[in-house]
Amino acid sequence: MSGQRLQAEAEPELAPAPLSVRGGGHDRAGRVFRWLATGSGVLILAVLAAVAGFLLLEAWPALSASREDLAAISWIPDDGSLLGYVGPLVFGTVLAAILALLLAVPVAIGIALFISHYAPRRLADVLGYLVDLLAAIPSVVYGLWGGLWLAPKLQGVWGWLSDNLGFIPLFEGPAATPPRVMMTVGVVLAVMILPIVTAVSREVFLQTPRLHEEAALALGATRWEMVRMAVLPFGRSGVISASMLGLGRALGETMAVLMILSPGLTYSWALLMAGRHQTIAANIALQFPEANPLGVSALIATGLALFVITLLVNMAARWVVSRRAAFSGAN
Amino acid sequence: MAQRIDVKDLDVFYGDFRAVADVSMVIEPRSVTALIGPSGCGKSTFLRTLNRMHEVIPGAHVQGTVLVDGVNLYDREVDPVAVRRQIGMVFQRPNPFPTMSIAENVLAGVRLNNRRISRSDAADLVESSLRGANLWKEVKDRLHKPGSSLSGGQQQRLCIARAIAVKPQVLLMDEPASALDPISTLAIEELIAELKNEYTIVIVTHNMQQAARVSDRTAFFNVTEAGEPGRLVEMDDTRTIFSVPSQKATEDYISGRFG
Amino acid sequence: MASTDTVTRTDAPQPTTHELLTRPDRRRHTVDRVMRVVVTLAFLVAMIPLVSLVWIVLSEGYHRLSPYFLAVSMRGVFGGMDAGGIYHAIVGTLLVTGAAAVISVPIGMMTAVYLVEYGRGALARAVTFFVDVMTGIPSIVAGLFAYALFAIFLGPGVRMGVAGAVALSVLMIPVVVRSTEEMLRLVPNELREASLALGVPKWRTIVKVVLRTSAAGIVTGVMLAVARVIGETAPLLITLGVVDSINYDLFDGRMMTLPVFIYRQYSQGLVPCRPDQLDCIATINFDRAWAAALVLVVIVLLLNLLARVVARRFAPAKGH
Repeated sequence: MSGQRLQAEAEPELAPAPLSVRGGGHDRAGRVFRWLATGSGVLILAVLAAVAGFLLLEAWPALSASREDLAAISWIPDDGSLLGYVGPLVFGTVLAAILALLLAVPVAIGIALFISHYAPRRLADVLGYLVDLLAAIPSVVYGLWGGLWLAPKLQGVWGWLSDNLGFIPLFEGPAATPPRVMMTVGVVLAVMILPIVTAVSREVFLQTPRLHEEAALALGATRWEMVRMAVLPFGRSGVISASMLGLGRALGETMAVLMILSPGLTYSWALLMAGRHQTIAANIALQFPEANPLGVSALIATGLALFVITLLVNMAARWVVSRRAAFSGAN
Repeated sequence: MAQRIDVKDLDVFYGDFRAVADVSMVIEPRSVTALIGPSGCGKSTFLRTLNRMHEVIPGAHVQGTVLVDGVNLYDREVDPVAVRRQIGMVFQRPNPFPTMSIAENVLAGVRLNNRRISRSDAADLVESSLRGANLWKEVKDRLHKPGSSLSGGQQQRLCIARAIAVKPQVLLMDEPASALDPISTLAIEELIAELKNEYTIVIVTHNMQQAARVSDRTAFFNVTEAGEPGRLVEMDDTRTIFSVPSQKATEDYISGRFG
Repeated sequence: MASTDTVTRTDAPQPTTHELLTRPDRRRHTVDRVMRVVVTLAFLVAMIPLVSLVWIVLSEGYHRLSPYFLAVSMRGVFGGMDAGGIYHAIVGTLLVTGAAAVISVPIGMMTAVYLVEYGRGALARAVTFFVDVMTGIPSIVAGLFAYALFAIFLGPGVRMGVAGAVALSVLMIPVVVRSTEEMLRLVPNELREASLALGVPKWRTIVKVVLRTSAAGIVTGVMLAVARVIGETAPLLITLGVVDSINYDLFDGRMMTLPVFIYRQYSQGLVPCRPDQLDCIATINFDRAWAAALVLVVIVLLLNLLARVVARRFAPAKGH
């Protein structure tokens, strides 16, 4: 990685400017080509600015609308407060994403360790590929699978949870049938973010210096103790940033939520009850087709909120990664 | 503490490839045995078979016996984890755990077996191990700084302290000074001379002066050509090896004619 | 247990070497073994969704799948009729994804060329950073953006294929940039120098040497990017809407795509059939959804497989 970077930095010196001194057609073609390349880069900045700009522009009517106008939209609460509408959605979005993360990360660390330190080397590549395949499957297919195959299978489990652990607010019963509930969504989202979290964790685990692994083993560590002494401390920040990337993905996931969750706008912790939660993304997809212009504007405002949340999460993830890169570079 | 090691007819394989063939030797307790020879002669590979560290490499296996105090390390009932606890190892490049402090590094091995070591016992052990590694005076005021904050030579002595903290019977050293500057090398060599009063030490080195300085007995390994296994050419008192070796190859190597 | 007294200095009888080497610490070995099982289990647990998903899509999808299903649209199909297909959705998917690729590949490639061959200073850093940011844009937000863009110029309620293509491009461009950039950086500098030393201008060096050398890798990256966006649903639901008949025109009106078709069929749910209706299939919508899902998964997996084959076949050439 760092080698490539060095190469890239050295590049401008190796291919210096004198080319532009050459006259004639080549020069113009070269300039056009360079301009095209630079223009594409600038276009990306422009597109991102446009995403923010257009969303803000289109959301403005809702942001500036009176409460009466907003209250006229059927799916906005009667007090017509946009904030009162966005609040439960943000809550639901974050709840779903964190639930997915809590379920996915331990499993992902396990898989990553299995592939990097337990499976026979020849098998490991194949297994890694299998996990990557999970990432290739479209989210709408996950939704279909979650809604029609997984949900009925989970019904019994959720019922048991609410019967026996119902005193914990999270598992408060009665569990809904069919289980179109947050818990089911969490499981499906966890499956969907598993590949990305696994892939990034696996890469860091594989980079654990052999020196440290051997140091642990030479002290008489078992394999697991070696993992705890050398691999996990080394990979910690990598796992954190992998989790953040997974979180970003779970926050923005639409279809699986849309196809499984029975929506509701409350601040409820009851994960096994239906009609309590909704996420921003799923809500947009659900209401958009039938919304009037002001309604569309309100939905775009919620989309803006989602954009900002995922942006912050992703930037935090990059920051952790870059800090790690700086740290290991100093050693 | 220290134990005698008896190696008999040992072959080391990487998959189907025989890397080291037919080694038999006796390693005396409370002495320093140096393994010398050109690159690729299998001396480091052989060293690793003395505490089963070669098993870390996929496909590596041995035939033959390594007896420590009469117990064959490759017996079915022997546990490789227990072997490595009794036979410690110091590596070519210093490798303290970067996320642990100096004191935690020293205690790393001990904590595996004894999680509830009392604070005062731990402090005593840190001090005695660091003293044993001639590092105590330099680090006693910063035991809670990360191990990676030390210089290379200090890090290597920290690794030796970490290895002796678990009170092994044998210490294996794989070119312990090759990544260090001359002054640090001297410190390590002095340390080895002290440690041999308590431990059986086997050291691999590329540096013949070092072998001559620190060791009591020297074993010369050689490989005739690429693809052939490395073999033990001869083993004798260090003084004999460096003055009147019995083999021509040994003399050629020592006098710098190859390797 | 024995573990607690190893360091304390009680003068218990010294264990023999045989005991030391053969008596493993029971607790530590148990922990080690348990963790091995846990880690392996984690992997097996992750295989459950993969295996069950592939199996269920295959087993539920294949009986509806037929040449007829691939060749007709949903026009005039209603209720539990044993009819209808995905031709219109396949057309829409190919057109919209194709248009997205046409937009994204040049922009993405040229941006990568800029970053690797020309870029330095604040602008290059900004582009790199925002490409990263773009990778994290939720697909629904990309859909909203495309909708907003077209609504501003063409008025609210606009639905057309090209808007969907723009939405997909927002998702696709960063993937193309990343993969192309990686490939360009693998091209050894010696090749560039050799070409420049022959007096070939830089832009021709880039086109004829750098891009050609990394062509296989770039193709692989583009295929993976296509595979990623071809399954996108949410942005297309917003920008294309749903429709039952065939539409070949990217610039006019609603368009169906495979993922949206799957969602649409799923959300219509079970058909209430009267007992005397013999030609009414209650689960027809789900059956169609599964069959379309099978087609979509096959397309995506084929693209992934093909990308891998291209990468593997041409990879050794990179070193030379």
